[in-house]
Amino acid sequence: MSKSSLSAPLVVAPPAATAAGPDSVLPVLLPYRLRPTAPLRWPRLGLISWVGIAGLALFIGGVAHAQSGADRLSAIAVIWKWSPLLLSGFAFNILISVLSMSLGTVAGLALGLAQLGENALLRKAAWGATQFFRNAPWLVLLFFAMFMIPFQFRIFGTTIPFPDWVKAVIGFALPVMANVSEIVRGAVASLPSGQWEAAESLAFSRRQTMWRIILPQCIKRMLPPWMNLYSLVTMATVQASIVGVTEMLTLTAQVHAAEGGRPDLLAPLYGFAMLCFFLYCYPIERFTLYLERRFQLHQ
Amino acid sequence: MEMVSEWFRELYETTGINLTIVYDAYDRQRFLSGLGMTVYLSVVCIFISLVIGAVGAWAQGSPLRIVRALVNGFVIIFRNTPPLVQIFFFYFGLGQILPRIEGADGMRVPLLSNVQWAIVSLSLFAGAFNVEIFRSGLEAVPRTTTEAAEALGYTRLGVYRHVLLPLALRICLPALNNNLVNLLKTTTLAYAIAVPETLYVSKQIWTDSQNVPVMMIVLLIVYTALVGMLVFIMHRWEKMLAIPGFGQAGAK
Repeated sequence: MSKSSLSAPLVVAPPAATAAGPDSVLPVLLPYRLRPTAPLRWPRLGLISWVGIAGLALFIGGVAHAQSGADRLSAIAVIWKWSPLLLSGFAFNILISVLSMSLGTVAGLALGLAQLGENALLRKAAWGATQFFRNAPWLVLLFFAMFMIPFQFRIFGTTIPFPDWVKAVIGFALPVMANVSEIVRGAVASLPSGQWEAAESLAFSRRQTMWRIILPQCIKRMLPPWMNLYSLVTMATVQASIVGVTEMLTLTAQVHAAEGGRPDLLAPLYGFAMLCFFLYCYPIERFTLYLERRFQLHQ
Repeated sequence: MEMVSEWFRELYETTGINLTIVYDAYDRQRFLSGLGMTVYLSVVCIFISLVIGAVGAWAQGSPLRIVRALVNGFVIIFRNTPPLVQIFFFYFGLGQILPRIEGADGMRVPLLSNVQWAIVSLSLFAGAFNVEIFRSGLEAVPRTTTEAAEALGYTRLGVYRHVLLPLALRICLPALNNNLVNLLKTTTLAYAIAVPETLYVSKQIWTDSQNVPVMMIVLLIVYTALVGMLVFIMHRWEKMLAIPGFGQAGAK
């Protein structure tokens, strides 16, 4: 994404007020300029950080290796042997995170809009729900979903099964919903009130103002925290192993048992799980930081 | 007390709301000890993670490249890996490798117990975030302040301890607040290595008494209350530290 493609519509001089067609830009947007940022260098992990990471890895690997005997498979060989299984478990983690993020985003958008609505009762209720689910630990909400949702529903004679992993998706979607709700509220609140007033003066209805003026401007403000949240959800999916969903961490324990329960294998196996998540989440973190800088506005 | 117990027993018989933690002495004692463990974990981890954050942020400004690299590596790794896997890595991975010592009764016991491992891994996890938070606070302190302190003859450590850190702390308190709330919520993960904290004892209680929905509600309320208390304390602290005209809190 080049700088000009995004900032261009914001800095273009508006046509005369009388000639304002449907494509013209509202003059109220003019004071905001996007700060020029350096292009995304990826991955921006300097040599110096790699020294730190490699040092930690070598230390851990060295400790693990010192313990293993000569006649048994080395830790690296074990991980290589089982990596297809472990990576399929990791893919399942990703699937859970994507599904719960989608579900949570849709629900959170609705909750966030309810928090901004005109109905005082609805607003208070949405605020309460948001605070409640935001302040509860993820693991407790996961237990909540696991125990409170039946394992199947019967609707008009057809049975819809609810396997454990679907319940886990719902369990993760609850805190996502609350956090997205806060992201929406925060982004809308961060817009200058002039936007609302200008829309009102142009005779937009409240609904039109929200959907056509406020929310489109909020998307770029919501994107960085939303991606941050996705990274958190991905890292939280391993908690599903506690409530009995077979995902990467469960498989790691099973692989360890299949290899005879050697104590020296545990550190490399869990280290491998950490590595997988790191390789997935680190680029997301970098990109989030980049977007945050990219969308920073100065008045 | 007897009357309260009777009332809750009656509540169970009439409505089916089975709050064993109120009328059953054994369950009550279990639940309170679990609550105590959660508070203990939170307080100790908050303290250690704050120390890690302050020391780490100082080390990030070190003139030695290798120190900076190690701190950066630590922060990057702990921010981008799941805390549960970190706990497992420490408890199962490193806990198995470390030598065993002789316990009080002559048995060979692990060097660190599960509670201690939980404290170590949770503190490191929250500490990694705190390093970044303190660093952002340090960056917000005007450069001229450091220069003025240096001109007064402070050493590098002196500038940090007496001038930079107190000012940075005031700037980063709102972000710190968020992270510490998150740490309090993350203590539930100690459940996975059988630390008897609130979630763990609640699970025991609902297994014994078959009152899952009631205990669920109790759990959610308990954590909401704990988070509320932490936020209250942090806000009081923020107000106490506020310097008029400096930082977000100073404006009020």
